[in-house]
Amino acid sequence: MKVWKTILAASALALVSSTAALAARTDLVLGIPLEPPHLDPTAGAAAAIDEVLYANVFEGLTRIGSKGEVLPALAESWTISDDGKVYTFKLHTGVKFHDGTDFNADDVKFSLDRARAENSTNAQKGLFAAIDTVEVVDPATVKVTLKRPQGSFLYNMGWGDAVIVAQESAETNKEKPIGTGPFKFDNWAKGASITLSKNPDYWGDPVALEKAEFRIVPDAAAAIPALLSGDVQAFPNVGVGDALAQIEADPRFKVVIGSTEGETLLSTNNKKPPFDKLQVRQAIAHALDRKAIIDAASSGLGTPIGSHFSPANAAYVDLTGTYPHDVAKAKELLKEAGFPDGFKATLKLPPPAYARDGGQVIAAELREIGIDLEIIPVEWADWLSQVFTNKDYDLTIVSHTEPNDIDIYSRKDYYFNYDNPAFDKVIAQLDETADEAKRTELYKQAQKILADDAVNGFLFELPKIGIWDAKVEGLWENSPIQANDLTKVKWVD
Amino acid sequence: MGRPPQVLFMTAYILKRLAIGIATLLVASIVVFAVLEILPGDPAQLMLGLNATPETLEALRQQMGLHQPWPVRYLSWLGGLLTLDFGRSYTYSVPVIDLVRERAVVSLPLAAISLVLSTAIAIPVGIFAASRRGRAGDTIAMGTAQLGVAIPNFWFGLLLIYLFAVWLRLVPAGGFPGWAAGIWPALKALILPAIALALPQAAILARVTRSALLDVLNEDYIRTARAKGMPRRYVLWRHALRNALIPVLTIIGLQFAFLLAGTIIIENVFYLPGLGRLIFQAITQRDLIVVESVVMLLVAAVILVNFLVDLSYAAVDPRLRARQ
Repeated sequence: MKVWKTILAASALALVSSTAALAARTDLVLGIPLEPPHLDPTAGAAAAIDEVLYANVFEGLTRIGSKGEVLPALAESWTISDDGKVYTFKLHTGVKFHDGTDFNADDVKFSLDRARAENSTNAQKGLFAAIDTVEVVDPATVKVTLKRPQGSFLYNMGWGDAVIVAQESAETNKEKPIGTGPFKFDNWAKGASITLSKNPDYWGDPVALEKAEFRIVPDAAAAIPALLSGDVQAFPNVGVGDALAQIEADPRFKVVIGSTEGETLLSTNNKKPPFDKLQVRQAIAHALDRKAIIDAASSGLGTPIGSHFSPANAAYVDLTGTYPHDVAKAKELLKEAGFPDGFKATLKLPPPAYARDGGQVIAAELREIGIDLEIIPVEWADWLSQVFTNKDYDLTIVSHTEPNDIDIYSRKDYYFNYDNPAFDKVIAQLDETADEAKRTELYKQAQKILADDAVNGFLFELPKIGIWDAKVEGLWENSPIQANDLTKVKWVD
Repeated sequence: MGRPPQVLFMTAYILKRLAIGIATLLVASIVVFAVLEILPGDPAQLMLGLNATPETLEALRQQMGLHQPWPVRYLSWLGGLLTLDFGRSYTYSVPVIDLVRERAVVSLPLAAISLVLSTAIAIPVGIFAASRRGRAGDTIAMGTAQLGVAIPNFWFGLLLIYLFAVWLRLVPAGGFPGWAAGIWPALKALILPAIALALPQAAILARVTRSALLDVLNEDYIRTARAKGMPRRYVLWRHALRNALIPVLTIIGLQFAFLLAGTIIIENVFYLPGLGRLIFQAITQRDLIVVESVVMLLVAAVILVNFLVDLSYAAVDPRLRARQ
């Protein structure tokens, strides 16, 4: 009898393991173009850091979902006082960091205080500027008091820069990130790849993938053969250009064109003559043919914008018609401004293809109305010091990839050199308003002011070109924040 | 005085070479540091991006030691180099030497395999072409070599990827699994880039071998040897080849130096984590300490290779050893 039992058990086991072999794959290799400089989202602006770790390894009080919405994360729920100043977060219990230590209210206090401390090197320190105090009520409750009401506070807490870290591991996260997320950090082969594996003790919904590898593929020309050979199964965002048609025709792959939060601008030095004249900026706006620019700068895939706002956002208004493409009108405005024969200026272009390719077209378009642009290619480091920090420029092309960043136009001394008290007032109101309908209204006003003032040449929203195996599901179509959220990713047959 | 003059000469020769090497290193350190000092760009700003507040930038600069004046930074860097302490990367915040070690285990074997491949192809082809000078075999061999010089290696690399990785699926399309994954998987990842690198090098080397041999074959002593009745083949191998080796060795030395870090394009096509990409990345990130230290290490490597080449001249040419 015993023998029979053993045989039965063995064959049952064999059956189980053979069905397991038939089950869907649980590993995924994703290609990313840039390697993160380190793995701590609270200590650097590089998008690549969040693109590997956000929502996968690290979590914040709240998180941003695939449509840009604010969702609960480590905070299960929250209440807001009537004056909009006190946020009381109820935390999930039983949550552990990947090194086995417990997560509780102390970690939240530590993380928020660290980010806003005087010697903090958080790249988005502004997110925490409104916080006055952070108090631990009990291990599962945190009370955050703000200096003033801030409508975007819950959204701000969802950024990668606001994730919760543990005091024990905060200093070593750059090399060995310890978070609370559904994936654990496994290994970083520098220059080659970063590997994550499933966290079996995760507090929330378990993920389908057992193993995820982010492989660094810097050259777009190498991306296609990597996909075709099956070495890499997904490129969440890749600039393959002309090779896209080849992949689109192949049924083994899915091509998903989504949008990012990258407003691509012809940034203009608003204080430097002649760009301080509204008519000159309006003339430039009329001279720009967005379609031609998008064709050259983003293979025709970008979405035209008329102000500094993402078309994916619910509060978006289409202002592309404010100054339609009209060369005659542009020439007339330039004449009114006192430049009947045009003038000479410089256009500094950073390395990305959208800037270098788009710049050629823009220079040609402005030449038509008599503005003679000298194109100066610059490196990123150069761009940051010359253009961004020292404001030594006339025109430049750059994509502002931070989400919901229309407030940069109210910053004193920002490189646009734009100064409009009416606009600053709208932003100040927005900061204090929590009501969604009112916020939408204010956002619309802000967009309108920027469009009318023709602060910058508003070109297009940078597209997200995703290519992955047709059997992979759950990757984000759009990129409301810089992330490759793998929590819902799975293989299907 | 008991030592034979030959040994004395060799010692003096080696000492002189070493002194030149050290002087070169010192000059290189000044040039490298000065160039990077002049280069605009703030590493702290690059790390923190467009939204950083001024006080955050200042805090990071303090952490990185960027607030010190340049002579202090130069001397502390130089002092570090002398004690073999290469500093810490700004961006990766790990010791530079660890980064170099991780990359060298890719770049060194890759350079070695390419060099062996290119030499193994080039020398026989060069000898063959020289011995059949002006005949069909020479024309075909040198025509192919011309093609090898002309073809851009990244394009050739992509061709190899499509053939062997996408179509035949014999090797991965790129990437490097690390030596921990086993010798064979690691070698498989290196073989295509090694071929792509070796072929243009082989083409150059074959041409040099051929012309060096032909120069020697025109010498009087070759004619004399032939006149003495020595067989043509014997003269070629025994007299001509040995004398033709010096320019060939020079080129091999130069090629090894190039293969160590000059392979950034091939490293990109095959996304290999090599030294070339480390430097490129470090320059764009203004990770100055990495650039400075890695460049110095490469300068040292090039000096070492040149030194070895100089020594090998003496090995192949007894006249260099005997000269006083």
